Formats: sequence, structure tokens, C-alpha cells
Amino acid sequence: MKLVTAIIQPEMLETVQKALVRHGVGGMTVSEVSGYGRQRGHIEVYRGEEYTIDFITKVRLEVLVDDEDAEALTGVIVQAARTGEVGDGKVWIIPVDTVVRVRTGESGSTAI
Amino acid sequence: MILELNSGDTAWILISAALVLLMTPGLALFYGGMVRAKGVLNMMMMSFISMGVIGVLWVLFGYSLAFGNSVGGAGIIGNPFEFAGLQSLLVNDPEASYPALAFVAFQACFAIITVALVSGAIADRASFGAWTAFAVLWGTLVYFPAAHWVFAFSNPDAGVVGGWIANVVGAIDFAGGTAIHINAGTAALVLALVIGPRIGFGTRPMRPHNMTLVMLGAALLWFGWFGFNAGSAVAANGLASLAWVNTLAATAAAMLGWLVVEKLRDGHPTSLGAASGIVAGLVAITPAAGAVSPLGSLAIGALAGIACAYAVGLKYRFGFDDSLDVVGVHLVGGLVGTLLIGFFADPATSGDPADPGVAGLFYGGGLDQLGKQAIGAFAVMAFSFVMTYLIALAIKYTIGWRISSADELSGIDLAEHSEAGYDLSPVYYTNKVQRTLVLTKDDMPVAETTGAKK
Repeated sequence: MKLVTAIIQPEMLETVQKALVRHGVGGMTVSEVSGYGRQRGHIEVYRGEEYTIDFITKVRLEVLVDDEDAEALTGVIVQAARTGEVGDGKVWIIPVDTVVRVRTGESGSTAI
Repeated sequence: MILELNSGDTAWILISAALVLLMTPGLALFYGGMVRAKGVLNMMMMSFISMGVIGVLWVLFGYSLAFGNSVGGAGIIGNPFEFAGLQSLLVNDPEASYPALAFVAFQACFAIITVALVSGAIADRASFGAWTAFAVLWGTLVYFPAAHWVFAFSNPDAGVVGGWIANVVGAIDFAGGTAIHINAGTAALVLALVIGPRIGFGTRPMRPHNMTLVMLGAALLWFGWFGFNAGSAVAANGLASLAWVNTLAATAAAMLGWLVVEKLRDGHPTSLGAASGIVAGLVAITPAAGAVSPLGSLAIGALAGIACAYAVGLKYRFGFDDSLDVVGVHLVGGLVGTLLIGFFADPATSGDPADPGVAGLFYGGGLDQLGKQAIGAFAVMAFSFVMTYLIALAIKYTIGWRISSADELSGIDLAEHSEAGYDLSPVYYTNKVQRTLVLTKDDMPVAETTGAKK
């Protein structure tokens, strides 16, 4: 099993979600995160004083999938989340040892 | 002369008093939104405690010190015993057009907001006890005398002697440009100097945490200010109406002035600029509301908005942490408004062509009134500076001003009030103290029998 994690632009979340649902993904976890990469922060001005806001808000999206689905799913996310601007984010895949569904106790692929 | 009690005037004074009291919670929102989230409650509490402290002092002896017959006829301070406890005002005066207690109520709210204004200079770092002590001392030793100088008018027929700026100098201060704004602004400067800057001032970002609170606060201040200025006519009449219109005109122009400066200088007109411009305009028109025309108000407002937009940058140049710009807005705005009366005072504002009012420089009155305005403004400024310095030092070397640096870094709300301004998480992180770590018998054996150590 794999965990696909994507850091994307907050405004692209809905597009990505729809693309994943069309692809047959039945669930996902989303969290609000802050950070920066090549896209630096922005500047805010209060009473003439400028502040740089280094860490900008992004959305982290996580999906658990079977090994063979991971690549395709990553492609779906990348395609849906792309605006072509700096700051579109990243997607990575990491291996997962075990998944257990809390309600039933079943584990492995059936728990995804 | 027997006057009948004027119910219209009385009603307007009582409503104005309530409007002015509303300004203090409004100020708490205005200030509270401008600090970081970890200090919002302390910022608001510094305003709220003024309602508590001054509300009590005003009844006990504050009104007497401000509006009692001048001790020795010198115009410096009112007789503190004359209206002590307000007991002597329970008897109706058959010659008054409104009850004295209505005026007591109205002026109480002025005293409350003046003390609260000062707190903007000392955000995030002052012990609440020290601030409360300051409110008691500063209200008694600085505001009540200054209010006497400016607001207590002599009444020779009744043998009442008032304050020296209002009666001897003859400076025009309709609703408190000197006694309130120059006074509070000067005190703010002194406290910023004595208490010192917040940890990280000038190097770490301290951006406002909630601009919507600031906007709401500015709105409530403007709303309440109609009572502040139009109520200062102490009657429901033409003068009150003029003051009302001027309070609209100057404030609108000041907001535009501030925003134009921001657009040209910083590239963006900001909501904080709009809110600040509103307050700058309100401050500047306060002394002038009854003495200038609506067109003069537009000029005073615009000039105040522009001047204050630049003045708020001074603290960075001189390195004093007047956190929320009480100096840049209230001292500078108060000076602008008080001094510009010397230029813009319009004799037509008396409402009676046969008995014209004071004329400023632009209306052929020469420099006479400007000189009076300058004396009033700088006398209050000097008095406030010296007295506030003495009070601030007295507190510094007795109970001390600063909370510990650890408390300041983790947030004054928790340290001084044991509260947090916001709990926006749906996760229930908290627990009642007595339940924390109280484990039942069933919980215990697992750790005991496995020999697990903490």
C-alpha cells in the first residue's frame, strides 16, 4: 500500500477532489498547512509598515491506495492541481506497512 | 430667572452620555483587533477596567475635582468635596434647564474614554495591576484637573469659578481636543518611553490579528462620537446639529486623506488606513466641532488624515513603541484640530449674524485666537508630560510595569487574565482542573503491573 501526499494550492482543492472522485477514489484527508518552496511569501502593509509573510497557506491532501494505483493517482492529482504558476505544490508517494479500519479491525487492502 | 426643565435637552444629553460610554468598548475592539491574538483580551480589558475605575472615582470625587468651584478661584482644580458622592446633586435645581446629574453622566464617559485611550501605547507587556493603579492615579491627578481647566466654565452670577484655559485664556475646545486627545496622546508617549518597547519591537513582525474587529471598533467609535461632539452642545439645538454635521464631514475627509497617502506611498489603500483615518478625523474635529463651518471641517479632516498617516511612522524613526499609535493619531490629531481652530474658526457658527462667534485667521480674526489655542494645547501637553512621567516612574519603582519576558512571549492574556481570546478548534483539548490526570482504579494496574515507568 502507498500513501500519496499532495501539497497543492488551496484554490485548486475542489478541482483535485472532483478529479479524484471521477478516478474512483472513495476518500481522502485534507489539512491546512503553511510553508514555502520556490514561491516565496507575500508582503502585507499595516500603517505604512511592511511585513513579509513567509509561510503561505497550502492544502495537504492525503490518499491511501493500493500499490498499483499510486502512479495513476499521482498523475490525476498533478494534472488537476496544475495552474502553471510557481507555487502549484508537490506530490509524493511513500510506502505504508499497515492500514487498519478502526470500526471493524480489518486490515490491508480491504481497509483502504 | 426661572427656566423650565427642558426635556428635549435632557433627553439628548442622556442619550449622548450613553453614546460616549459606547465608545470605550468600541475602542477596546479597535485596539483589540490591532494586537496579536495572544494579547487581545488584555488590550480590551485595559479599556474595560477604565469603565470600572473611573466610573467609581467619578461618583466619589472625580466630578467634584473637574467641575467643583475652583479652589482659591485659581482655575487649577475643583473643590473635591463640593459634589463628593454626588449627594448634593440629588436636590433639583429649579433654575436649571437640564438636571446636573445628566451632565455628570455625560462627562463621566469622557473621563472613562480618555484613560482608555492611553492604553494603546503599552500593548502586550504591562502588568494589569500596574495599569489599574495608573488609571486611578492618572485619572485623579491628570485628567480631572485638565478637564477642570478646559470644560469648567465660570458662572459669575452663581459665584462659580471654572478652569483657567476655558475662562482666562479663552481657548476654544468644544469637546476635548486638549483635555482628552492631546492629554491622552502625551501620556501615551510618556508610558511608551518609561515602560519600553515590546520584546522584538522593530525586528519581529507584530501585525494586527483581526482587522474586522478594528473596523467594527472604528464604526462604534464614529457612532459614539456623535454623542461626544454633538452632545457637547449640552442642548438639543442648532449648535448640536452643526457639531453633528462637522463630525461627519471632517471624519469622511480624514478617511479619504489617509487612504490617498497610503495609495500614493504604499500602493494600497488599506482597511486599517480607513479605520485609522476615521479616528484621526474624529480626534481633529473634536475641539473644533462647534466653531468651524462644514467646509472648514472638510479641510481640518483632510489635513488631519494626511498628517496622522505620516505621523504614525515617527515611532520607528525615534524608536519608542507606541504600539497602537496613540501619539500619531491622538496627540498629532488633537494638535492639528486644536491649532487649526485658529485658522478656520468661523464667526457665522454662532448662528446669529448680530452676535458673531470667534473668527480665525482665514476669517479676518488675525492671530489672536491661534495664540490662545497654542497656549491651551501646549499647557495641557506640558502638564500631562510632567505629571504622567512622575506617575509612571512611581509605578515603575514600586509595583513595576512589565510582566516577565517569558509571559510576554507566551502571551499576556494567559499570564494576566488566565484566559485565551479564541478557541476555534473543534477538538476538545481542555479539561477541568480537578479531572486532569485523575485516573480510576481500572486505569492504574496496567502501568503498575507492567512495571512501566513514567
